Amino acid sequence: MTDATIPAVRFRAVSRHFGETRAVDAVDLEIRAGEFFAMLGPSGSGKTTCLRLIAGFEQPSAGSIEIFGEHAEGVPPYRRSVNTVFQDYALFPHMTVGENVAYGLMVKGVGKAERTARARDMLALVKLAGFEARKPAQLSGGQRQRVALARALINHPKVLLLDEPLGALDLKLREQMQVELKSLQRSLGITFVFVTHDQGEALSMADRVAVFNAGKIAQIGAPEDIYERPQTRFVADFVGGSNVIEPDAAIRLGLPAGLYSLRPEKIVLGAGGLTGKVESLQYQGAHRRYVVAIGPDRLGVVTPASGPAFPVGATVALAIPDGAAHRMEGGA
Amino acid sequence: MSLALDDGGDRNGPLRRLSDVFMRRPRLFLTLLLAPPLAWLGIAYLGSLAALLAQSFFSIDEFSGQIVREFTLKTYGELLQPANLDIIIRTVTMAALVTLLGAVIAFPIAYFAARYARGRMKALFYLAIMLPLWSSYLVRVYAWKLILAKEGVVTWLAGHTGLTPLLDFWLSLPIVGGPSLSISYTGTFLVFLYLWLPFMILPIQASLERVPGSLIEAAGDLGANPGQTFRTVIFPLALPGIVAGSIFTFSLTLGDYITPQIVGSSTLFLGQAVYTQQGVAGNIPLAAAFSVIPIVIMGIYLTIAKRMGAFDAL
Ligand SMILES: Nc1ncnc2c1ncn2[C@@H]1O[C@H](COP(=O)(O)OP(=O)(O)OP(=O)(O)O)[C@@H](O)[C@H]1O
Ligand SMILES: [Mg+2]
Repeated sequence: MTDATIPAVRFRAVSRHFGETRAVDAVDLEIRAGEFFAMLGPSGSGKTTCLRLIAGFEQPSAGSIEIFGEHAEGVPPYRRSVNTVFQDYALFPHMTVGENVAYGLMVKGVGKAERTARARDMLALVKLAGFEARKPAQLSGGQRQRVALARALINHPKVLLLDEPLGALDLKLREQMQVELKSLQRSLGITFVFVTHDQGEALSMADRVAVFNAGKIAQIGAPEDIYERPQTRFVADFVGGSNVIEPDAAIRLGLPAGLYSLRPEKIVLGAGGLTGKVESLQYQGAHRRYVVAIGPDRLGVVTPASGPAFPVGATVALAIPDGAAHRMEGGA
Repeated sequence: MSLALDDGGDRNGPLRRLSDVFMRRPRLFLTLLLAPPLAWLGIAYLGSLAALLAQSFFSIDEFSGQIVREFTLKTYGELLQPANLDIIIRTVTMAALVTLLGAVIAFPIAYFAARYARGRMKALFYLAIMLPLWSSYLVRVYAWKLILAKEGVVTWLAGHTGLTPLLDFWLSLPIVGGPSLSISYTGTFLVFLYLWLPFMILPIQASLERVPGSLIEAAGDLGANPGQTFRTVIFPLALPGIVAGSIFTFSLTLGDYITPQIVGSSTLFLGQAVYTQQGVAGNIPLAAAFSVIPIVIMGIYLTIAKRMGAFDAL
């Protein structure tokens, strides 16, 4: 396979500006060969633009991109060993499923018998054996998604780009596809770059996550790092809705002065040295979500639904266990 | 506050009741809505088509000039006479060439308009395509007669750019040439091309407009170079538009009897033949037989197009 020391994708101060809009702004990035890399961020933060820069549909306004050590400047999409699963799947409506999957081989001049056979194998891999003769219009959303995946994988790309591939699927199918994609990536050893704005999806699937905000990478790291140790207010808030505790509030809550992120599920309700009043309560199936007022401060608290419930208006004791609050940059 | 769904109007007014009926039975409404235009199409169009077809199977008595209302294939046999066959071949060749070159010229224009033109550019495009249609067809054909005439702009331009020898050479060629562009098949061809180009551009543009940009990117992403992308994705998806445009262009050229009269050599085209047969000569059956030809040709063309999968992308 490929030399593991060379990154699959490297951005050096890459920018892509559309007039006044800085879709991607001076981004430095290294995606390691063979990893499952997720790009997470709110709408308009530049994730798709990053993907399009790697695929070659966009050229950087500044900076340089390397794919497996080779400069990508001026290399058109059809000469990059990168394939994309598009957000809308972009299946060719006038071709059958089999022809769609075999398309990459067809344009390379692979003979008909061989490409039909390989397309059949690929469809079997994504659990769509026997669907060759159908037209894309005769498939469900999930099946189309698999065809798009098979079509992109048949070229044996070194990097597979996926732009919110599960966005159109219902929750159950989504979870099933998350598991399948992950195991497919492991068995094929291909570098996956996966765009999503669903933090649960990013955290559960990726080896590393980049959190985008307004064209810049706010933080990059393993899912645990991103979740447990957010570096900025934005990451703490965007990933999992952490409580962001300002320095003055920190002192009132018994923490050393500083800017903190505090996960709502880490707060203990029903015992402890702090006293608060339940302002709101939401039942969410597996757990309950409270907002508790402690003097002038408000904390979001999540407890397992199996534990005791506290009605709105009740006075409760609560505790912030040692090490639960994570100190972030800035503040003061 | 009450939960009344009514706005307080008279529930029992006749219009109210009628709209309630339509609400409950949308098919009835649709039928009523479509009946007049369908009746018009049915009677005026299909009826006259049937009459035409029937006429073509009659013949004309050579002495009295009266129509003999008996079934015969004699009139169709007359079409095969050398003079009539010439007219047919001439017209079909002209229509085919106009369609072919029309498609070649229209495609890039339509492609640009569909894929790249935005906002003001797009408005300008529509204006440029439609503007000629706002002026009378006759005015435009006569304008072309002047442009192409021996003393016209084209000759003048050729003189000033040193292209006169080229023009003279072209005019000296056997079939396409003539005393001047306005009295040659080349002239007729150019005018047809100009007249019907909008009818080729608009359907192609409409079909290209519906091809999502992501399909073109997907083809490139999967390794297709621009030429392959065009052949395997863009062209097949634009084909219904091209077929629609070629039907317009082809049938408009087949049926036109004014343009070749104004610009061109004095030989007859199909439309002119129909015109003279039913008018001056009074030979309605032969005129009808001539008119059946374009219908048959279009039928064959559509069948072939369908066989080749031109409508698969619809
Ligand atoms: N072709 C373009 N022309 C102008 N602006 C663009 C273009 N493409 C993207 N942008 C802008 O760049 C910014 C980033 O867009 P991008 O599509 O990368 O966001 P995203 O993170 O993928 O968002 P989403 O989650 O909604 O897909 C947006 O403000 C967008 O409006
Ligand atoms: Mg996007």
